[in-house]
Amino acid sequence: MPDHTYDLIVGLETHVQLSTETKLFCGCSTEFGAQPNTQTCPVCIGMPGSLPVMNREALQLALKTAIALNCEIPEFTKWDRKQYYYPDLPKGYQISQYDLPMSQKGWLEIHDPKGRFQPKKVGIIRAHLEEDAGKSLHDEAAGKADSRIDLNRTGTPLLEIVSAPDIRSTEETRAYLTELKLLLTYLGVSDCNMQEGSLRVDANINLHIHTPQGKVPTPIVEIKNLNSFRFIERALAYEAKRQLEVWQQTGRKLGEAGTFKQTRGWDDAQGVTFAQREKEESSDYRYFPDPDLCPVVTTQAEVEQVRAGLAESPRAIRERLEKAHGITPYDSDVIAAQGRPTVDYYEAVAKAAGDGKKAANWVTQEVLRVLNEQSWTLSQFPLTAASLADLVKRVIAGEIEITRAKEVFNDMVANKRSAADSLQALGITKVDLSELEAICKELVAANPKIVADVKGGKQQAVGALVGQAKKRNPNANPNDVRRICLELIEKM
Amino acid sequence: MTARSAAELIADLNARKVSSAELTKGYLDQIAKHDGRVKAFLLVDPAAALARAKEIDDRRAAGKPVGKLGGLPVAIKDVICTQGVRTTCASRMLENFVPPYDATVVTKLKSADAVLIGKTNMDEFAMGGSTENSAYFKTTNPWDTSRVPGGSSGGAAACLAAGMAPLSIGTDTGGSIRQPAALCSVTGLKPTYGRVSRYGLVAFASSLDQIGPLGRSAEDCAVLLEVLAGHDPRDSTSANLPVPEYSKTVNQPLAGLKLGLVREYFGAGLDAEIEAAVREAVKVYQSLGATVKEVSMPHSKYGIATYYIIAPSEASSNLARYDGVHYGYRTEEKAMLAELAAEQQKLEAAKDQKKLADLDTPLVRLYRQTRAEGFGPEVKRRIMLGTYTLSAGYYDAYYLKALKVRRLIRGDYDQAFEQVDFVVGPTTPSPAFKIGEKSSDPLAMYLEDLYTVTANLAGIGGISIPCGFTKSGLPIGLQMQCRPFDEERLLRAAAMYQRATDWHTKRPKLG
Repeated sequence: MPDHTYDLIVGLETHVQLSTETKLFCGCSTEFGAQPNTQTCPVCIGMPGSLPVMNREALQLALKTAIALNCEIPEFTKWDRKQYYYPDLPKGYQISQYDLPMSQKGWLEIHDPKGRFQPKKVGIIRAHLEEDAGKSLHDEAAGKADSRIDLNRTGTPLLEIVSAPDIRSTEETRAYLTELKLLLTYLGVSDCNMQEGSLRVDANINLHIHTPQGKVPTPIVEIKNLNSFRFIERALAYEAKRQLEVWQQTGRKLGEAGTFKQTRGWDDAQGVTFAQREKEESSDYRYFPDPDLCPVVTTQAEVEQVRAGLAESPRAIRERLEKAHGITPYDSDVIAAQGRPTVDYYEAVAKAAGDGKKAANWVTQEVLRVLNEQSWTLSQFPLTAASLADLVKRVIAGEIEITRAKEVFNDMVANKRSAADSLQALGITKVDLSELEAICKELVAANPKIVADVKGGKQQAVGALVGQAKKRNPNANPNDVRRICLELIEKM
Repeated sequence: MTARSAAELIADLNARKVSSAELTKGYLDQIAKHDGRVKAFLLVDPAAALARAKEIDDRRAAGKPVGKLGGLPVAIKDVICTQGVRTTCASRMLENFVPPYDATVVTKLKSADAVLIGKTNMDEFAMGGSTENSAYFKTTNPWDTSRVPGGSSGGAAACLAAGMAPLSIGTDTGGSIRQPAALCSVTGLKPTYGRVSRYGLVAFASSLDQIGPLGRSAEDCAVLLEVLAGHDPRDSTSANLPVPEYSKTVNQPLAGLKLGLVREYFGAGLDAEIEAAVREAVKVYQSLGATVKEVSMPHSKYGIATYYIIAPSEASSNLARYDGVHYGYRTEEKAMLAELAAEQQKLEAAKDQKKLADLDTPLVRLYRQTRAEGFGPEVKRRIMLGTYTLSAGYYDAYYLKALKVRRLIRGDYDQAFEQVDFVVGPTTPSPAFKIGEKSSDPLAMYLEDLYTVTANLAGIGGISIPCGFTKSGLPIGLQMQCRPFDEERLLRAAAMYQRATDWHTKRPKLG
């Protein structure tokens, strides 16, 4: 079989747990990690006679997100029952939204600071609210022991964000999810904790295989419950390979009689996707409007109010940083990715130091290095923006040369002191120009071989003199030493 | 004593002419005497009722405040959750279900100092019109114990007719308060949808279900509705409207009353004696100054068809939770698993790969067997109907179409209420039928709801009041329906009639 080129077609369904205090339709806590079945009430466990009441806060968080995703917000939305049987679904239906979701037709722009793809808008088909199901813990030996069910999570508000099949590579997939997660974090609508299941992804994937007869689509596969970015990338890469192989063996394509949308899981240990179910027809959830809940009306004024109160998006922040401080997209990306506190910190340093690029270098390299090494958050970092800016200014003024400046920075962090205090403690002072000239004269006189080399065109040979100068006086500025030595040799 | 009206009894209690304990004891004695034949109650706890009565008496004796019902016993249909007291919905499925919470109406009754005297029998999950669908036993009609009391609130109506309680609460999804009230010669009110909280009412068809009062008279219903009605933050569909003081105004007559006789209600299928009694009742109103005109409800003929799509659709969803996993009945698991293993071995021995592949998983078998054993035939029938009408490919033709007709039916009422204050007609097409007479013919049973379902579909209020008897002594009910949230005037109109007639004071002779 010859190799075939293909387009990877991916659409993502992202389930975001909204960070409300209480569940979507009752007053139970949504906190993660409590003893099983301790955060339940007659409503969320579907006791006969109980009725749901909508949590307004959940709708507000959903509106924020949908508006930030550039979605249309219809004036009228309603709740529907999605019906299926499963032990972790106590009512026998999930309250969700079917034909009139609370938002639709938006987009999220993705980009790659490494330039592997051009910035593009990934369409958002819809984002709707629904309640989460409980958790089932199955015994491996089926039929031998009981399955256990924890209903603490039952009724937790989820926003399901459905992307259009606009994603074309694993890089774009990661960029979409990274940008979405960052946006949700900036909006403060979710903690996006993937370990705790606050962000869960289902990926729909197929290939458009290039053949002499045109592009051939393979049957669509949905990979369920991917709860880390790494899993998603690996699963997609595996699935692309598998679909190509299956197509090469069977020639089966999308829409052909006998091919159905398949649901697969991801086994990270084995590094494979595996079939979960394949149905002859799509599941019939028998959706119908939930008669226990009233339709929800959102006025244009309410939408505008939410829009006005919206936090600045990562995309807007990046653009602003690039424009206002003249930094590269790469730097703005690194800074924005750290979250709002880092953005604010960076901006304070940049303003006080009067040099956005230098400030970016210090923040993205030194500050983030220390945070990373110490596992600190920015709030634990001991240097104020003013204090770091003071150091940066001294470097710009030529008061300290760069390698020594990093020493000073480390000392400031370690001893929680100002640049001035660190300079003093480290004995760093600016060397007088006449003293520097004296040192250089001595060195040039004592090293005829180097002089000869330089005169013979090997300018870099002067580096050895810089090293010797630093030994005589550690404060000697290497640039100054190099310049003076070269001038002296020139005159010889 | 047990012949007096609820309003009179409350006055007696407050005047300390009678104690709540004496009154409760009186009704408990009636239950002991007659319920062996009437079988209206699924549960009576005399000790608890008497303790509660004594507690209220003590409070009154100590000069402390006592609620509106002042220690009056009230019976509760067993579809309404009572904390710590078994609530079965007359189903095997909930044979041992003890709710951990009170329905809002029960909380209201308790804070009004009602004595909860017992839980009344009904059709399983309120599905039926005869109380024959109870999984436990059939309630009889106190006027003729070979006949049904109607349903689904059959126990709620029969216990009043037999003098075993002064007040009771029922639920009405398609006529389940009004029809048994008519067949048992008591007064029963289905309030406007949203007037009374549904929180704690085990759902049959959520968009149609409504809790309401049954009593000896409109005045009694007014007393009880005043306690039950009101907005409930736990029920999103309850109306945020003030509750009128029904009991204060119920005896004020209405002047210039305009009644609408529905042309379509007097067609084929209506018993001649019932028609005569209803026309006679209308004459009584005319003698009280009312004007009567004929109104048309052109879509009422689609009421039954529409109702029997919407109600089962919602029921199929509401009853999905009874799957043997979380609460209620679960099939005997060990036997089930053994049977499943045996089936598997047999198929393996026969090398029947196809049947092996189709064999239930243990979970699916648990669901199937639990539901097969826990539900009765009528409940299963409606679950199947509703599952079908909500299925992909059928939804538009059935459920969606039914919703459209539902709006047209509401439109009929809106037009009628532009011309008249109340729509008047028979509550049922025929009087109480023999037990077993319609059991094998579900469609005949469904037609019992002909005149009542449209009020539920339209979400409006309706009342049934006694207006006579057939020659063989079976009660006849007059139905009046009102604009949304016009119960205050509806009760006044009913009370006008009851001051002019004595049908509602007649009691059956029980052995």
